[in-house]
Amino acid sequence: MNIIACVKQVPDTEALIKAKPDGSGIVEEGIKWVMNPYDEFGVEEALKMKEKFGGDVTIITVGPPRVMETIRTALAMGAEKGIHIDDPSLYGADAYATATALAAAIKGIPYDIIFCGQRAIDDDSGQVGAVLAELLGIPQVTIVTKLEVADKAVKVVRPIEGAQLVIQSPMPCVVTAQKGLNEPRYASLPGIMKAKKKPVEVKNAAALGITAESKAKVVKTVPPPARPPGKIIEGDDPALKAATVCKLLREEAKVI
Amino acid sequence: MGKGVWIVAEQREGAFRKVSFELASTARKLADQLGEEVSAVLLGSGVEGIAGQLGKYGVDKVFVADNAAFEPYTTDAHAAAVAKIVKENDPSILLLAASAQGKDLAARLVGKLATGMASDCTDIKIDGGKLVAVRPMYAGKCYGEVVVSGSPQMASLRPNVFPVVESAKAGAVNKFDAGLDAAALKTKVLEVQKETGGTIDVSEANIIVSGGRGMKGPEGYGILEELAGVLKAAVGASRAAVDAGWRPLKDQVGQTGKTVSPNLYIACGISGAIQHLAGMSSSKYIVAINKDPEAPIFQKADYGIVDDLFKVVPEMTKECKKLLAE
Repeated sequence: MNIIACVKQVPDTEALIKAKPDGSGIVEEGIKWVMNPYDEFGVEEALKMKEKFGGDVTIITVGPPRVMETIRTALAMGAEKGIHIDDPSLYGADAYATATALAAAIKGIPYDIIFCGQRAIDDDSGQVGAVLAELLGIPQVTIVTKLEVADKAVKVVRPIEGAQLVIQSPMPCVVTAQKGLNEPRYASLPGIMKAKKKPVEVKNAAALGITAESKAKVVKTVPPPARPPGKIIEGDDPALKAATVCKLLREEAKVI
Repeated sequence: MGKGVWIVAEQREGAFRKVSFELASTARKLADQLGEEVSAVLLGSGVEGIAGQLGKYGVDKVFVADNAAFEPYTTDAHAAAVAKIVKENDPSILLLAASAQGKDLAARLVGKLATGMASDCTDIKIDGGKLVAVRPMYAGKCYGEVVVSGSPQMASLRPNVFPVVESAKAGAVNKFDAGLDAAALKTKVLEVQKETGGTIDVSEANIIVSGGRGMKGPEGYGILEELAGVLKAAVGASRAAVDAGWRPLKDQVGQTGKTVSPNLYIACGISGAIQHLAGMSSSKYIVAINKDPEAPIFQKADYGIVDDLFKVVPEMTKECKKLLAE
């Protein structure tokens, strides 16, 4: 089985994110970069699938030189090889441009299934997996919490509001991973050592034969709207404080 | 560049989801500023009868395709149909819901229409004839203003954030043939497992009563469920509570869970890790109940109570019951 897992490097969830004063992006100094947590579920599922059915796992990412570290992390977890698409025209690219680059890289290699995270926790767009599936002309199953493979098809569980859907899709397809799909493994020390020797191809846009043009652009990055200062309801009696807050919610906030 | 503000209305089992009216009302506002019409796409089986309801919220025309293949929702059928009618009519703006279904469909349409989209927006406006979408990024640690240079300019709107405004328009029904190719419908819904008990999803709730590590265990949530029952609220949870197995994953609020914007968020025994704060600080009102006066959650709260939540919450339930009965 030829398995592909697309990953993105993002700021750690612990990171304080600050908009630059001129609104041109975020302050990147001091940020710890990690593999997008949803992509980790995708990589883990890819590895589990390889262990069950044989084959190999290829990791693909788009980004500046620093993202090589994220490819190495996935290789240390057990993937076989990597493709790093590095082109300044793709730094901060939108979903369409990113998926165009991924599709161009994937078209040259055999694949049975492609994993992506259901969204990246930096831009929170949640589009790349589906756009990639469209560009490759294959089906998508998104935000998946369970996956089984049988007869060249996947059967997945996808939670929606108030229900869970059981969906079947023929392979090849794109699966976008949601928390709950599995527990990603940690890279072992031998894994980390081996990862250093595994092959990673670096390609730019020209090598892929694409020109990247983002159609959705963040023109301004701003801090979240400020919240007015709150009030602490003073007193010793929990019942009285409970009554006060309920009254405020009813009469001042008018939300109950 | 085309003309017209379009929405993809969402229905389930023959009834519009509320977000469809939010989409219609928002589209109307944008269309009035542009001097354009609002059109809606409605897909389903036996849904022609409900199409006219959209007129009440400012929709001029409803393009309806009726086909058994649209139920239940699959990406293949819906994306093909919406892409076809949108390409034929070339609107300037296309809005969808950032719901489970809408997110799946919208992203596929970005591919089919080769355009750009601002996902999960919390505000949207017209500036110089162009759509400017405002959306939380990094789960709300900062916000981005997004402009789309592709056509149509796509945006998905976070449910429960945009107001529903009545504005009577024709809502004229235009039937269209989606021209579905059966061979292109590759995915199949084998089963719809509905949750029992009629709980409200945190992503759609007006009020969320949420509990964290301070709940001490799964049984602690009983008092939150009682308060939620009185307020018709959803029960949410912090990552700590979900990872401990106290609550299901679907209830998790935060950067690796759901980002929510209810009218009221009541945080009980939640200290306020940065990932949690990111996921809920766009709530309109926040109440925090925590024993620790230094808990970061109090910095986001409109109303704070420093006390034992096991004493405060049951009293709130009693008081709310009384107030709501008045």
